[in-house]
Amino acid sequence: MDLSTSLGLIAPELVLSLSGLVLLLFAAWGGDKLARTISIATCIALGAAFALVAPAVCAGASGPDRMAFGGQFSADAFAGLAKLMIYAAAGATLVVAPRFFERLGAMRAEFALLVLFAALGMSVMVSAADLVTLYIGLELNSLSAYVLASILRDDERSAEAGLKYFVLGALASGILLFGMSLTYGFTGTTSFAGIAVATAGGLNTGMLFGLIFVLAGLAFKISAAPFHMWTPDVYTGAPTPVTMFFASAPKVAAIALLARVALEAFGTQVDAWRQVVIFAALLSIVVGALGAIGQTNIKRLMAYSSINNVGFILIGLAAATVAGVSGMMVYLAIYVVMTVGSFVAVLLLRDAEGRQLEGIADLAGLSTTRPLVAWCLLALMFSLAGIPPLFGFWGKFVVFQATVQADLVALAAIGIAASVIGAFYYIKIVKVMFFDDPADTVKGEADWAHTVLLVVCALLISPLGYFLIPWLGNIATMAASSLALPVV
Amino acid sequence: MIGIEHYIVVSSILFVLGVLGIFMNRKNIIVVLMAIELILLAVNINLVAFSAFLGDLTGQVFAMFVLTVAAGEAAIGLAILVIYFRSRGTIAVDDANRMKG
Repeated sequence: MDLSTSLGLIAPELVLSLSGLVLLLFAAWGGDKLARTISIATCIALGAAFALVAPAVCAGASGPDRMAFGGQFSADAFAGLAKLMIYAAAGATLVVAPRFFERLGAMRAEFALLVLFAALGMSVMVSAADLVTLYIGLELNSLSAYVLASILRDDERSAEAGLKYFVLGALASGILLFGMSLTYGFTGTTSFAGIAVATAGGLNTGMLFGLIFVLAGLAFKISAAPFHMWTPDVYTGAPTPVTMFFASAPKVAAIALLARVALEAFGTQVDAWRQVVIFAALLSIVVGALGAIGQTNIKRLMAYSSINNVGFILIGLAAATVAGVSGMMVYLAIYVVMTVGSFVAVLLLRDAEGRQLEGIADLAGLSTTRPLVAWCLLALMFSLAGIPPLFGFWGKFVVFQATVQADLVALAAIGIAASVIGAFYYIKIVKVMFFDDPADTVKGEADWAHTVLLVVCALLISPLGYFLIPWLGNIATMAASSLALPVV
Repeated sequence: MIGIEHYIVVSSILFVLGVLGIFMNRKNIIVVLMAIELILLAVNINLVAFSAFLGDLTGQVFAMFVLTVAAGEAAIGLAILVIYFRSRGTIAVDDANRMKG
């Protein structure tokens, strides 16, 4: 394969990195005056990358001719679908962020660029077909994310969130890296295809240690229990648009990466990692559901909600079949929409002086003061809880269906039972909004871009979303089939 | 004769020391940054030792990447530490409790 073919396959990443570097010069030259222009230009770059990825996803591209740079980088439909979600979530962040930061007088030119570089890192992550590529993508994403968390330099909580995210993120990278070094040493290769060949005859102790360390490091990144402890603090302390970004795009990237490592590199040894994934999935569901009870801050509650959702997504991975991975991707797509919508609704809650409100008590009586926001949030919460007429139910349904087909009936049963606990706190928010006396704290005017985004998200997860099922199911299945799955 | 096992033992000890340094240290966040460097050092020893043992250059290339990223990581860590110190006036681990959890 020659260089030009490889460069063609990484066209979306080239667009992102080149526009990022050029815009960085503009940012250095023009300073914060250009912040809004750079934000718009970044959105255009993300849109261009989105358009470049979309054809490969719709065509279900797969196979050796989608491998770039001698098997380092895989531009298949699975990576493409994850990239579409990542670019969409990054774009949504850039749409809502400028008004938030301008109100605080902290709109900086580098914000949009950090989001862009994080998106680039995630895009490399999901396409990685080699441990070195995986590490570079993961670190490009993480290093941008640490800075994003602490972007409000004068805010104590933002600085603390950045610090905690940095320390625990660096620990996670270290654990992952140690696992990768053991995997390299005992298999003699860093490419996923090579690892699959080397592990086909069974795992020796060194490979097993490598696998466990890699899984633990990635579990940190997707905030699956028992490695979830950083999530509530970081989500609470980071500025709300950044929290929205953390809860959506990096989750997609890290889960897609985990799926690729588990199924392509260690795909012949499903039994070795399945118990670990099942353990993390069930623990995440329970920890997420129980931890959210009694929270008073809505961002903290959403952090536990994301831990809970990661558990359901991991159940799809535990099935280790095309149906399981496809269900996982459908769930992720719906989850991204629900998360973005919920955080946009949180961003719309401001008091008379324009300060952000984050307490659940501030939602009281929202149905009379802000009916549109309240109804949208009602749809989003019921959808997160997986209550049938809403689209969130479909994500849980396909995941559990795949689990049952893979003969993991007990896992599906426990998962469904645990999802009922989670419904409790989502319904509590609805109760506060619709049945409590108005708190009359939400006063600020609504920005039209925020409102439009909220309504779009609410419509997508409303029963109207079921019209998308044939299309979404089709591309998710093609994406899942493009992974080199184990022959069972 | 020093074999590959010795290298793995040394790097494992360094790795465990690094992880313990992050979790057991209750005083100073600078020490946490040092512990992170120790973990990356353990990984590099592993990679270079395996590379020499297998007669395969990939491990050494990987080690160069790890070194580069570790430098960037340390820079960002220290920058975040500086803004944290400016707003709080302390870098003690136990004081990082503005959010309950």
